[in-house]
Amino acid sequence: MTFSNQKQKDYLITALFAVIVLLAPILLQPLGLGFADMVQKLAIFGIFAIGFNILFGLTGYLSFGHAAFLGVGSYAAMWAFKLLSMNPIIALLFAVVFAGLFALIIGFVSLRRSGIYFSILTLAFAEMSYRLAYSVLTPITNGETGLQLVQSDPRIIDTAVFGIDYGAVLPTSSLFGIQMTLYPGFYFCAALLIISFYISVRIFRSPFGLMLRAVKSNQNRMNYTGLHSRPYTLAAFVISGMYAGLAGGLMVVTDPLAGAERMFWTQSGEVVLMTILGGVGTLFGPILGASTIKMAEVKLTEQNYQTLSEAFSFLPLGLQEFMVSVASWFTGDKWHLTIGLLFMVIVIFLPGGLVEGIRRLAKLVKRKITKKDQSDTASTVAAE
Amino acid sequence: MDSLLLQVLNGLDKGGAYALIALGLTIIFGTLGVVNFAHGALFMLGAFCTVVLNTLLKSSFQSAEPTGVDFLGRPSFDDILYVNHWFGENVGNFIVDWAVPLSILMAIPVMLIVGYTMERGLIRHFYKRPHADQILVTFGLAIVLQEIIKGYFGANPIPIPAPDAYAGVLDIGTYFGFEPGAVSYPARRFVYFAFSVVVISAVFAFLQFTTFGMVVRAGMADRETVGLLGINIDKRFTTVFGIAAVVAGLAGVMYTPILSPDYHMGMDFLVLSFVVVVVGGMGSLPGAVLAGFLLGILQSFASMNEVKAILPGIDQIIIYLIAVIVILVRPRGLMGRHGVMDT
Repeated sequence: MTFSNQKQKDYLITALFAVIVLLAPILLQPLGLGFADMVQKLAIFGIFAIGFNILFGLTGYLSFGHAAFLGVGSYAAMWAFKLLSMNPIIALLFAVVFAGLFALIIGFVSLRRSGIYFSILTLAFAEMSYRLAYSVLTPITNGETGLQLVQSDPRIIDTAVFGIDYGAVLPTSSLFGIQMTLYPGFYFCAALLIISFYISVRIFRSPFGLMLRAVKSNQNRMNYTGLHSRPYTLAAFVISGMYAGLAGGLMVVTDPLAGAERMFWTQSGEVVLMTILGGVGTLFGPILGASTIKMAEVKLTEQNYQTLSEAFSFLPLGLQEFMVSVASWFTGDKWHLTIGLLFMVIVIFLPGGLVEGIRRLAKLVKRKITKKDQSDTASTVAAE
Repeated sequence: MDSLLLQVLNGLDKGGAYALIALGLTIIFGTLGVVNFAHGALFMLGAFCTVVLNTLLKSSFQSAEPTGVDFLGRPSFDDILYVNHWFGENVGNFIVDWAVPLSILMAIPVMLIVGYTMERGLIRHFYKRPHADQILVTFGLAIVLQEIIKGYFGANPIPIPAPDAYAGVLDIGTYFGFEPGAVSYPARRFVYFAFSVVVISAVFAFLQFTTFGMVVRAGMADRETVGLLGINIDKRFTTVFGIAAVVAGLAGVMYTPILSPDYHMGMDFLVLSFVVVVVGGMGSLPGAVLAGFLLGILQSFASMNEVKAILPGIDQIIIYLIAVIVILVRPRGLMGRHGVMDT
């Protein structure tokens, strides 16, 4: 199948992606990961990682402070819920706009430096936001308890425009009557994930994306040719901050609670892990990495002595015990060890991430097939 | 005036820890050109050397003869420490009491081996790779190390007592002519400060006064030329990495009485010490030490109530704020050489 132009191909990629995402609850059922909370999480972290990839994958600027935008998005969405309305669209608009503004400020300062200085600057800003959220900004963030919905919240739009009275129960976020929990919540996230993915595809293909790649490959040469690169990088930074804000907002939409721990730097580290694991600068890589890590987290933590014994029950008794004790080092609450090792292996041997692994595998298989074809034809030629 | 002195003193021990970790980081960055995110993990490994030795020294066996009866009337046995059994009561108790300083003897070879293994096995393959890759792979290694420690020792902090000899309080104010009791300071923190000064001086003396140190300094200035002169610089750099690991490990060993070690203490210090390195200037050893103490002291000043009343929350963010200002105004840091990472 050949396509006359890139645009058609992009539509096909997005359509394929959409089908996979929308069928995710069914596809993951055999693994026991099809439940609503899980697929919601996959979609949300997918958005986060896709956004991070627009910055890191295209421009090569390694931000270690993206969690700050996640946190700002969460708080903004929460305040929209409390003050305006329980409608998720309003909350998400708030989240994206505030995260974008915050990213504009931080990016404007941080992008004056590159390389490791940029990483440290973003890290410093994120750490400052985290610490302030815990101490001085408690009136806004509610400190360690986290920001929660309360019955006495004003919710102006809901009461004034729609005339909804939630009564004595704590409201959940609802999109024109559809509760944003469980599978409806997932499909809401999924729709946004697909839109985000399509936008990222368009950015990758656009002249703007090409500029960003130029920044990554050789910024000096770009500057010498008379192009000012900072507006481009700043735009990329703000866009990826908005993605993070959207992800943070969605976290609040599906589960109305916002805490400062979302801004901690290990959260930034996690999105870096996801992107690298999947494949930096590729379209599918970030979401692949995000889902791998999130699924591995659930799968590995749910293992305990009993499930491991069952898994190794085919082995003779002594060996089974041994294998169980070895495997228990990598599962349960020690699952980070597995992720850490996997991550190291990926960085050392497969810098392109899982996507590159798949690509290499496909190439290998293809070469084998063609070789076989050639040897077949050669033998037939010889026979003739 | 006395409260100012107290704040300076309070900043010294934390500053000492920052300076030691940042010194190791800078040695590695200056010589090998590697950004080592696993350096905090080395600090933590050092601290856990103390935990191991402390547990080993406290291992005991049951006495063969019953020493009394318990409340049910059964014969009861005493637990006897092995060290007490071997060396007698007095020496044994002394050894247990001085477990933390003794751990230094254990930590040096252990950290040297860890450093060698890390450099030979992993870091040397990353010399030619970009900084981002180095950060990522050492970040992964840090996670692995910290999870292994968590697997063995659990997630809770393990309190380690300081030797009785320096468990008390020093009345430092009297030396400066203040009222007795005006400036009192825990002795273990002062010991930590003195210890960090000794280690830092030792490292500088080593680099300044030995032939090996001279080669290393030459390698920091121009690696290629040193190689062209027929000196196997790679071999020396392995040792340098080992030394940096030892410095980080010793910082961890002696810090245990001040902060009970747990598996994520390395990560907590890592971020701060990177900030310290940047403030001091990437690749500048005196800069790292200066910035370490400076930031430690500034942090303790910022946590004074008088300062907090004017600028609420400043104690939480002062270090990062300074880092941001330094990077923006003077990217090569306080004492960085011109042209080294100057963009």
